[in-house]
Amino acid sequence: MADFIYQLLLTFDATLRIATPLIFCAMAGIFAERSGVIDISLEGKLLSGAFVAAAVAALTGSAWLGLGCAILASVAMSLIHGFACITHKGNQVISGVAINILASGLTVVIGITLFRRGGQTPTLPREARFKPVEWVGVDTLDAVPILGVIYRQLISGHNVLVYLTLLAVPLTAFIIYRTRFGLRLRAVGEVPEAVDSAGVSVTWLRYRALMIGGVLCGIGGAYLSVAQGGNFVRDMSAGKGYIALAAVIFGNWKPLAAFLACLMFGFLEAATSRLQGVDLPLIGEVPTQLMLALPYVLTVLLLAGFIGRPSPPAAIGQPYHK
Amino acid sequence: MSTPIPPLPRWADLFLLPVINLMAALFICGLIVLAIGENPIEALGVMLKGAFVYSGGLGYTLYYTTNFVFTGLAVATAFHAMLFNIGGEGQAYLGGLGAALVAFAMGWAPSIIALPLAIAGAALLGACWGVIPGYLQARRGSHIVITTIMFNFIAASIMVWLLTGPMLEPGQQSPQSAPLPASSHLPAMHEIFAAIGIKISSTPFNASFLLALLALVLFWVLIWRTRLGYAIRAVGQNPEAAHYAGINVPRTIIITMAISGGFAGLLATNEILGVSDRIILNYTAGYGFTGIAVALMGRNHPIGIFLASLLFGALYQGGAELDFEFQSITREMVLLIQGMIILFSGALAYMFNPPLARLIARLTVSRRAAAHG
Repeated sequence: MADFIYQLLLTFDATLRIATPLIFCAMAGIFAERSGVIDISLEGKLLSGAFVAAAVAALTGSAWLGLGCAILASVAMSLIHGFACITHKGNQVISGVAINILASGLTVVIGITLFRRGGQTPTLPREARFKPVEWVGVDTLDAVPILGVIYRQLISGHNVLVYLTLLAVPLTAFIIYRTRFGLRLRAVGEVPEAVDSAGVSVTWLRYRALMIGGVLCGIGGAYLSVAQGGNFVRDMSAGKGYIALAAVIFGNWKPLAAFLACLMFGFLEAATSRLQGVDLPLIGEVPTQLMLALPYVLTVLLLAGFIGRPSPPAAIGQPYHK
Repeated sequence: MSTPIPPLPRWADLFLLPVINLMAALFICGLIVLAIGENPIEALGVMLKGAFVYSGGLGYTLYYTTNFVFTGLAVATAFHAMLFNIGGEGQAYLGGLGAALVAFAMGWAPSIIALPLAIAGAALLGACWGVIPGYLQARRGSHIVITTIMFNFIAASIMVWLLTGPMLEPGQQSPQSAPLPASSHLPAMHEIFAAIGIKISSTPFNASFLLALLALVLFWVLIWRTRLGYAIRAVGQNPEAAHYAGINVPRTIIITMAISGGFAGLLATNEILGVSDRIILNYTAGYGFTGIAVALMGRNHPIGIFLASLLFGALYQGGAELDFEFQSITREMVLLIQGMIILFSGALAYMFNPPLARLIARLTVSRRAAAHG
C-alpha cells in the first residue's frame, strides 16, 4: 500500500513536470483566442523560446538571461503573427502554420551556426540551469507518515518555473475576469465592433493579448530546455503547443478549466510512461503509444459535442475590418 | 480615410503578385543566410546545381515534386471549399497503411491487379482520415483546423503503435514494416527508360510521377468541369448562397474532405510503392505541411500547383546539396524558406496588393495620358 501511494505520488510529481509547459502555453492560448485570434503558433513560440533560452544560457552561463531572451524571442514571434493577421488581416491559421515551420527551421539553422552540433545546444552546466528549490522543513516533516512524503515529493523540490506556472493560472484568471483590460479583451473576442465603437483600439488590444501570450510561451520554452532538460534538441517542443491548444479548447477557453485539462493530459502522459510494458489484469499489456493519443481523441470528441458543448469566442478567426 | 485601392489587373494578380511574394520570402531568407556569415547567392547557386545540373539531381527533384503535387492538391481541394485541411500529414501517413495492407493482402496477385488496388488502398485510407474531420465539421460543427491537427497526432500514434508492435518486421530493431510483395512495386523511371533503351541515372524518381500528372488533370476537371466541382466552389464562396441554390452543403464538405484526404493518401504511391517498398516510421517527413505552401503559392490551380511543387522539389533536393558544400547552411534552410513562403504568399498574401495596384494604376494612367498628349 505504501508503495502504491509512493508510486502514485511519483506519477503526480511527473504530471506536474509534464504539465508545466502545457500550462504556460494554454494560458498564452487563452489570451490570444479570447481576443479573437486563433493561435496555432503556440508550438513555434514554445520551440523558439526553448532554443533561445538554451543558447543564451550556454553562451552566458545564466539561466535567467536565457529566460529573458527566450521571452523576447517568443514575443517577436507573436509580433510576426500579429503583423500578419492583425495589421494585414491575413489568415490566422496560415500565419500560425508559417510561424511553426519558421521556428522549426530557424532554431536548427541558428543552432548549427552557433554550436555546430547538428542543431543541438551544448549540455548546460548545473549552475546555468534552473535548479530544484528545496522548501524549508522538508527534513523535519519527513517524520510525518504520508504528509512528509507528499511535502517532499510533490510540493517541494521543483524549479522556480513550475511554481511560476502555478501562479500564472490565477493571474490569468484575475486579468481576464477582474480587470478592465480583461473585460475589453473578452469583448474584443466576442463583439469587436462594440469595443471599437467605445473608442478602444481593437488592433492594440489584440497585439497586447498576443504579446502576453508570447511572454508565457517564452517562459514555457525556457522551462523545456533550461529547467526540465539541460540543452536544446531540435523540435523538442514535440507537439506540446498543440496539446496546450487542445487543453484550451477542452477547458472551454477558461483559465482554471484549461489548467485542469493540462493536468489531465500531463497525468495521461505520466501514467503512460509508468505503464510501459506493464501487464494489467484483464487488459493485458497496455498499448502505451495509443494512450499517448488520448488527449487528441478526447479533444476531438469534445469538439464534436459528444462531451459537453464547446463555446469558442464568437469573433475568433475573423480579422477586424473597421 | 485613404483613397480606394484600384483593382489589380488579372495578370498582375495571377503572376506578378505571387512572384513578388516569393521574392520577398527569398529575400528575407537571403538576409538570414548573410547574417550567419554565408553568401546567399552562392547558396542559391549550389541549390540550383544540386537540383537540376548534377547527375541524378533532376531525378531527385522530380521525385520530391511528386510528393508535393499530391499534398498540394489535397490542400487545394479543401481550399476551394474554404476548408483548411492541415491534416495532409496524417492522411498521407494512413494512406501508406492502406497501400501496405492491400499490398500484403494481394501478394498472390500479378502486378496488373495488385498495383491498382494498392494505389486505391492508399487513396481510400487517406480519404477515410479526411472524411472524419469533414463529417465532424459538416454535421457536428467542430472546427476542421483543430480536428485535422488532432488527427495528425492520432495517426502518428496509431502508426508508432503499429510499427513498433503488430506490423514490426520480425527481428528488426528500427520501427518499420516487413517489405511489401514485389507485385505492388511501382517501377522506377530509370527502369522504365532502360526498358526502351534510354539510360538515365538511377534515382527514386518513379512511375508515381505519371499518377501525379494524372491527378493534376483530374483535379482541374473536377473543380472546373463537373457539377461537384461547382458545388465545392459555391460552398467555398458562400455557403448560404450555395444552400439556397439547392446545394447540400454538409454533404459537399464531407465529399470535399474525402477527395482531399484521398489526394494526400496517394503520397504513399511515391514513397512506399515507388521507393521504400515498406512503411517506415515518419515516412511523411513533413510533406503534408509543405502541401500548404504549395497550394498557397500555386493559387489552388493545377498549373500553379505543379510549378510550386517543382520549386519545392528543387528546394528539397538542392537543400540536401547545401549539407555538402557549406559549414553553416544545411537542409533546414529549406524549412525556413518554406515558412517564409507560407508567411508571404499565405498570411501576408495581400500586403503588396495596395502599393502594387496603385503603382500599376499610376503607370497605366500616365501611359494613357502620354498617348493622348
